[in-house]
Amino acid sequence: MKAVVVGAGPAGIRAVEQLVRAGVTPIWIDEAPDGGGRITQRPPAGFSRGASALYGADSGRARRLHATLDALKPRTDWRPDTLVWNIRPEDRVLHTLTNGAAQDEVQYDALILCTGAMDRVLPLPGWTLPGVTSLGGAQVALKSQGVGVGANPVLIGTGPLLWLTALQYAKAGAKPAAVLDTTDLLTKARFGAGMLWNLPTLLRGMGLYAQLKLRGVKLYEDITPLAIEGVNGVTAVHWRDAAWKEHVTPCDAVAMGWGLKPEAQLADLAGVPFDYDGTQQNWVPRKDAAGRSPVAGVYLAGDGAGIGGVDVAELGGARAALALLADAHLPSDMALTHHLDGRLRTERRFRAALEQAFPYPARLAARMDDSTSVCRCEVITAGELRRAAAADAPEMNRAKAFSRVGMGRCQGRLCGTPAAAVLARELQVEVPEVGRLRGQPPVKPVPLQQVD
Amino acid sequence: MVQADVLIVGGGGAGCSAALHLAQRGVRVVLLERGLVGGQATGVNYGGVRQQGRDPAGLPLARKSREIWSRITELTGADVEFDPCGHLKLARSEADEAELLRWNALAEEYGLRPRMIGRNAIRERHPYFSDVVVAGSLMEEDGSANPRLLAPALARAARAAGAEIREHHAVTSLAHDGRQFEVVAKETRFTAPWLLNCAGFWGGEIAARFGEPVPIEKLHPNMLVTEPLPYFLRESLGVVGGDLYLRQIPRGNVIFGGGRGESDAGITRTRPRPDAAFGAMRRAIAVIPRLADAMVIRSWTGTDGELPDHFPVLGPSATTPGLLHAFGFCGEGFQTGPGVGAVLSDLVMDGATDVPLGAFDIGRFTAAQIAV
Repeated sequence: MKAVVVGAGPAGIRAVEQLVRAGVTPIWIDEAPDGGGRITQRPPAGFSRGASALYGADSGRARRLHATLDALKPRTDWRPDTLVWNIRPEDRVLHTLTNGAAQDEVQYDALILCTGAMDRVLPLPGWTLPGVTSLGGAQVALKSQGVGVGANPVLIGTGPLLWLTALQYAKAGAKPAAVLDTTDLLTKARFGAGMLWNLPTLLRGMGLYAQLKLRGVKLYEDITPLAIEGVNGVTAVHWRDAAWKEHVTPCDAVAMGWGLKPEAQLADLAGVPFDYDGTQQNWVPRKDAAGRSPVAGVYLAGDGAGIGGVDVAELGGARAALALLADAHLPSDMALTHHLDGRLRTERRFRAALEQAFPYPARLAARMDDSTSVCRCEVITAGELRRAAAADAPEMNRAKAFSRVGMGRCQGRLCGTPAAAVLARELQVEVPEVGRLRGQPPVKPVPLQQVD
Repeated sequence: MVQADVLIVGGGGAGCSAALHLAQRGVRVVLLERGLVGGQATGVNYGGVRQQGRDPAGLPLARKSREIWSRITELTGADVEFDPCGHLKLARSEADEAELLRWNALAEEYGLRPRMIGRNAIRERHPYFSDVVVAGSLMEEDGSANPRLLAPALARAARAAGAEIREHHAVTSLAHDGRQFEVVAKETRFTAPWLLNCAGFWGGEIAARFGEPVPIEKLHPNMLVTEPLPYFLRESLGVVGGDLYLRQIPRGNVIFGGGRGESDAGITRTRPRPDAAFGAMRRAIAVIPRLADAMVIRSWTGTDGELPDHFPVLGPSATTPGLLHAFGFCGEGFQTGPGVGAVLSDLVMDGATDVPLGAFDIGRFTAAQIAV
């Protein structure tokens, strides 16, 4: 049986581990040169910062995952630096691009997609200035390059990643000018109880918060970001506090992020249907509790299958591989299957509470100023998108056709969420009613020039 | 029940233009569209407004449509990004060059003014072409428009003129009682003495429903677009043989295509094909080597209908009075859409049109062709 695993983050590593255990030698494909995923992003070779400096409280996990990854590579057909840019599900073929140049086709009988997630953003006036990154981007700079996005960054958003990034920057020697959280304390407290389902993670989150306070980092809750100021770079952030007072915080960089969205374009091209998950405010590819999609032979795990965090990614990766093995009538570990199902059930409750405690501020996105650029690639303003709505665009793909929102280099991966909020408000409907941008190959840009 | 003078099935360029032209003449017209207007061939094609290279039998229709394109902004009250930037058809061999000369001579008989551009001139004007290009024929009045905007703009104008445009109205039954048509869509009955079949590839099913099946095949043109590049190319390009078409929009993206995409049996999903994409990419680089460094950001396809002689079916039904067909435009219907609507309007209102339709007659297929 030809099994293919796409992605070598926590989900992909645990999926491959189970396949190899069962005697299957999968083809294992990852975009990064050395695997590791995002949360446990690996530094380049020769990098001297240690694991505890890079991953903090997650350093034990990162070490374990990387050790497993390295042990598994020789037991698989390992293909790093490789982008899967298209799927033809009827023929069970993947189209891949290696080192940005070499095209290849990969046949599969069974496919596990562990394609991860990316930050959700909230377009603000000035968000396309140099010096503005996502929280994830700011982390990657630190982890894989040992550089910060700034010495005095303002961090804006909500969620554990906001605190984690701020703490990582503080520990690396930066002095965050402010940490601006769009969620009020009450919402966080109200859903905090639900997070008792995963006490260690809850405590780790509270620990992040406490450490930031101890280090004297200024944390503000229930804020409204207004604008990022600068000419050739970032010089300040304008924001409004809970008491409606306006502030200007000087800074040299901005990192922002409001939770994550699945990178599910490959599931889309594979023909997997999507459902709107109102709790996480994301479109999520359909799968059963074990990770089977409705498309025969296609399995989903990790954040690419719906945001679950790193624990769920590891559990779900292993579980999807066990489902694949069982469906192929290969020996699979029944005790482990049972154990994973129980853990995943508990984690889902935790995750629901977490998402509600740190919601995407769709109301802010919906009300963004007409002049704010919502689609960064095509430079399309919220006003242009609203005019598209007025010209009979009842859903996202039609709004894209009229306004070019989501038509550029990122294919709506970045602007899809805020654009849907803008369109829904303009049409006075709920966000899910405007649908989602259909995926089209290539998932990421591919060069015209062919190299064999 | 909704009573109308004219029912139109299909909200592409032809159907929406017919709705507009008829509504302007005071006719009660209802257009039924299964999805959103311009969702199929009209909305996702290359956007070529091209007379260049068409079979002479199709040139009068293309001419009529081109006249409407000249006033498309006034007609629709919207900017559909029509740009008469010229269509330059390239020869990649001596034989190609002879083909261009042959067509140019024919086209002049129809009042077109194509201009031959020889080897030296083309090199001088287009220094980015490779040596593969030996000559070209330029149709200055041809150009391009934004396919995503045309049908919705025509539909909006039609609505403003009094037409009823019903989107998300999939037709579930069709009948003719000898006097009137009765069409059911979204559980509503629509009746009218006229029915215009503007249903693209699916027009074949409607024709068959009225006892005149045609040998129609689905056609999925395979198209791609690059990231924005510095603007260097004004003309829309084609090649003799038709395996590459390419244009650059002023914002920099290069839109090109060639080869065919694919779909599942029920056409619930169409998708571009990587092998077709690679072929188009190779041919594009062969003509314009500087494209080798560009990145493709998106590819797509859509669904049109294609007939064996590469002509559409356009004109009255042979079986049913009041039924007019306009479908199967073989990937060349974007340019002709506005004109087809005007022709249909003329046929309904005046019983005649100034465009010769002989080549497009539904009765032209042999029994053997239809059996296949």
